[in-house]
Amino acid sequence: MMILLRELAGLFVDDGALALAILAVVGLSGTAAMLMPEVSLAAGAILLFGCLAALFSSAACTGRR
Amino acid sequence: MTVNFAFVWPAIAAAFLASLVEAVEALTIVLAVAIVRGWRPAGLGVAAGLIVLALIVVALGPLLDHVPLHLLQLVIGVLLLLFGMRWLRKAILRAAGIIPLHDEATAFANETAELREQARRNDARLDWIATLTTFKAVLLEGLEVVFIVIALGSGRGMLLPASIGALAACLAVAAVGLIVHRPLARVPENTLKFSVGVMLSAFGVFWTGEGLGVAWPGADLAIVAIAAMFLVVSGAAIVLARRPQTRALS
Repeated sequence: MMILLRELAGLFVDDGALALAILAVVGLSGTAAMLMPEVSLAAGAILLFGCLAALFSSAACTGRR
Repeated sequence: MTVNFAFVWPAIAAAFLASLVEAVEALTIVLAVAIVRGWRPAGLGVAAGLIVLALIVVALGPLLDHVPLHLLQLVIGVLLLLFGMRWLRKAILRAAGIIPLHDEATAFANETAELREQARRNDARLDWIATLTTFKAVLLEGLEVVFIVIALGSGRGMLLPASIGALAACLAVAAVGLIVHRPLARVPENTLKFSVGVMLSAFGVFWTGEGLGVAWPGADLAIVAIAAMFLVVSGAAIVLARRPQTRALS
């Protein structure tokens, strides 16, 4: 059962730093959406470019290591 | 909730390709067990896994209708981001040669060797181990398929098209597996994972944004632009991740 649960968690979290970065970007984007509801596109831009940056830096850093 | 046709084909394609990868991985384990220990324990594990999956779908499926749409989009979107970007990162690292490609033939050889070793040590318990092995494989890979179908289908009332895509992939893999009786090592798994990772990540950004109240320019068509950006950035990441190794080799 524990193995199953661990493997289930592993479906969503492989590189902890990437998962944390994604959650931080979503949090930041959510804050922007709450503070500036009339400019919702700003929250969208933070979300999209934040995720792209998180992915790029995670892959590039692992490659350099 | 109306079905938007701009979403239907990407959702079917993503569900089909993602399920194809999962089904191929499950088939490798089921075949290994069947060849070492016979079809009975392998089939029992598969049947038990499918029954548990069906129970999970029947139990959780109706709950989706009671969750507010924005909350559902946000939760599914974040999970899709975590799931899709994990796939995409792994596919990038494999394409760049940082981690080895997933090889079904090697996975099959490892699984059969492990089962034979267990048979040598304790033959009496092996039928249970074999059944549990296929049960776990079908349940875990199946849960990924169920998650992908729900994630792609629940936000826009497209559970049926996504389910059709997933079911078609699983049936195709099962049929080919039964005919050839070998792991499907020729399936370009990393290319599939890369493509599906791009699509799932794009859906993830889109759903999360919708859940947060973002009005995407171009509405549903924005997903194509988001996927294109993920494709470009992932391509650049492959090149950059590969560069230090190439330098070291030269």
